[in-house]
Amino acid sequence: MLLAIDTSLGTSVAVVDNAAGIIAEHSSDDTRGHAEIVGTLIAACLADSGIPVSALSGVVAGMGPGPFTGLRVGIAAARAFAFGAGKIVVPIVSHDAIALGEEGRFVVATDARRGELYWSAYEGPDAAALPVRTHGPALVKAGELESAVPAGHRIIRATRVSAGDLGMLAEALYANGRPFAADEPLYLRSPDVTLSAGPKRVTG
Amino acid sequence: MSGPLVLGIETSCDETGIGIVRGTTLLANVISSSMEEHARYGGVVPEVAARAHLEALVPALRQALAEADVELADLDAIAVTSGPGLSGALMVGVGAAKALALSLGKPLYAVNHLVGHVGADVLSVSAGSTTGPLEYPTIALLVSGGHTSLLHVRDLISDVELLGETIDDAAGEAFDKVARLLGLPYPGGPEIDRAAVGGNPKAIRFPRGLTHAKDAEKHRYDFSFSGLKTAVARWVERERDEGREVPIADVAASFREAVVDVLLTKAVAACVDLGVPRLLLGGGVVANARVRELAAERCAAAGIRLRIPPLSLCTDNGAMIAALGAQLVAAGHAPSGLGFGADSTLPVTLVQQP
Ligand SMILES: [Zn+2]
Repeated sequence: MLLAIDTSLGTSVAVVDNAAGIIAEHSSDDTRGHAEIVGTLIAACLADSGIPVSALSGVVAGMGPGPFTGLRVGIAAARAFAFGAGKIVVPIVSHDAIALGEEGRFVVATDARRGELYWSAYEGPDAAALPVRTHGPALVKAGELESAVPAGHRIIRATRVSAGDLGMLAEALYANGRPFAADEPLYLRSPDVTLSAGPKRVTG
Repeated sequence: MSGPLVLGIETSCDETGIGIVRGTTLLANVISSSMEEHARYGGVVPEVAARAHLEALVPALRQALAEADVELADLDAIAVTSGPGLSGALMVGVGAAKALALSLGKPLYAVNHLVGHVGADVLSVSAGSTTGPLEYPTIALLVSGGHTSLLHVRDLISDVELLGETIDDAAGEAFDKVARLLGLPYPGGPEIDRAAVGGNPKAIRFPRGLTHAKDAEKHRYDFSFSGLKTAVARWVERERDEGREVPIADVAASFREAVVDVLLTKAVAACVDLGVPRLLLGGGVVANARVRELAAERCAAAGIRLRIPPLSLCTDNGAMIAALGAQLVAAGHAPSGLGFGADSTLPVTLVQQP
């Protein structure tokens, strides 16, 4: 049994179980209000599922890619919840949750703001029905996605990540003895800082 | 030891602070600073600070619990800074605090960072720096790299009024900027302090912002430091242009004197105007030796009782947030709901977000 949290686009929270499937899921598509809503969604999932915190075996964190301010809220919440509950954090690439259940060759693309997209390429599900990521996640200018996509791939432009799918993917990875993602947020951009060239003159 | 056991989370600027208090007794005050990462940029970079908070949070929580020698299950409540501050940085603490409170089934208090600076003083008794509990009303002067505020505190948890604040740069920011133009590293406060040793504070008469008669009404308790920074830059440029060596010690001492003079003049004026014989200092700039010295001098002359919490409680920290939370719990205030957000401009009149 897992609690799953993703804030790479909107905010999505779920309680899932490998056998029982998605037991509870609550989401908001608002791409700004992550810090406001994440608590309410967690509380709703815990209440709806009727699952006590002690019965969870871990907390799934959607590691992005996603715009940083929002992305961080979900990761912080997942890490803090796991710490409070004494459970492990299970990091998962958010794009992989979108790819779960899709067939053939395809690309997942999500908004990275500032005229850019995050994208990852996949090739059909493997024998364990798990998505196989062949490229990315990476960053591309919105107008250059088509030319970046490998031949024969259709494009899935996603506007939401389901924490239910994220959680079920984590369950499936675990059940198949596969590794989780690295426990690092996928910002894919450096912080916006410019090194100053020293103080500017104020007199002419 | 008695009183509620509260854990406080502070992420409003570049310090990830986790504090634990029992009532007014300080049990742990863990601060993880990203200051070094900002040094090369000459100031706090919000995105760098927010990324650092996310990485520091759980290790700091773990360390604070170990230092306080308490279990999460023993906590009576969690408190978190929900504003004012850098919004992306605040959101890390808010998201984490909500999740932590839910995982533990503990009540959560979303509190005001500035009022937290005042709340730090209630811990002073246990920290052994001041005698006796904080008395009301008091004027509070909070000065750091992020804020310069003058408060009238009639009651810590229910009646705080903003008398004035900076209309441009925070005082700490002015120290950073002037340090840079003198070729000194970041953070500027301690560097200016060091450079000012042996300098003559009266060598150059730099302007005191918003102290003219015309400002007496509208900006009586407000501050402005951007004009001062420009005046220092102009003065230094002229010296260099004319081929003279810049007397760093005199410039540093004179600049510092201008900042400290205006801070204390306004703070003491507030005490006198409002008939409040108590002044409390808070914020990182309290580390500045001249601030403490002139505060002691001016307060003694005006018959004002001065309180300065220990420096570890003056800079941004989680213990002050926990302390404020503990006061709210002890007074029977209801916890905050789950729907509050990070509010970068949260007014001081809102001690706790509902
Ligand atoms: Zn502060």
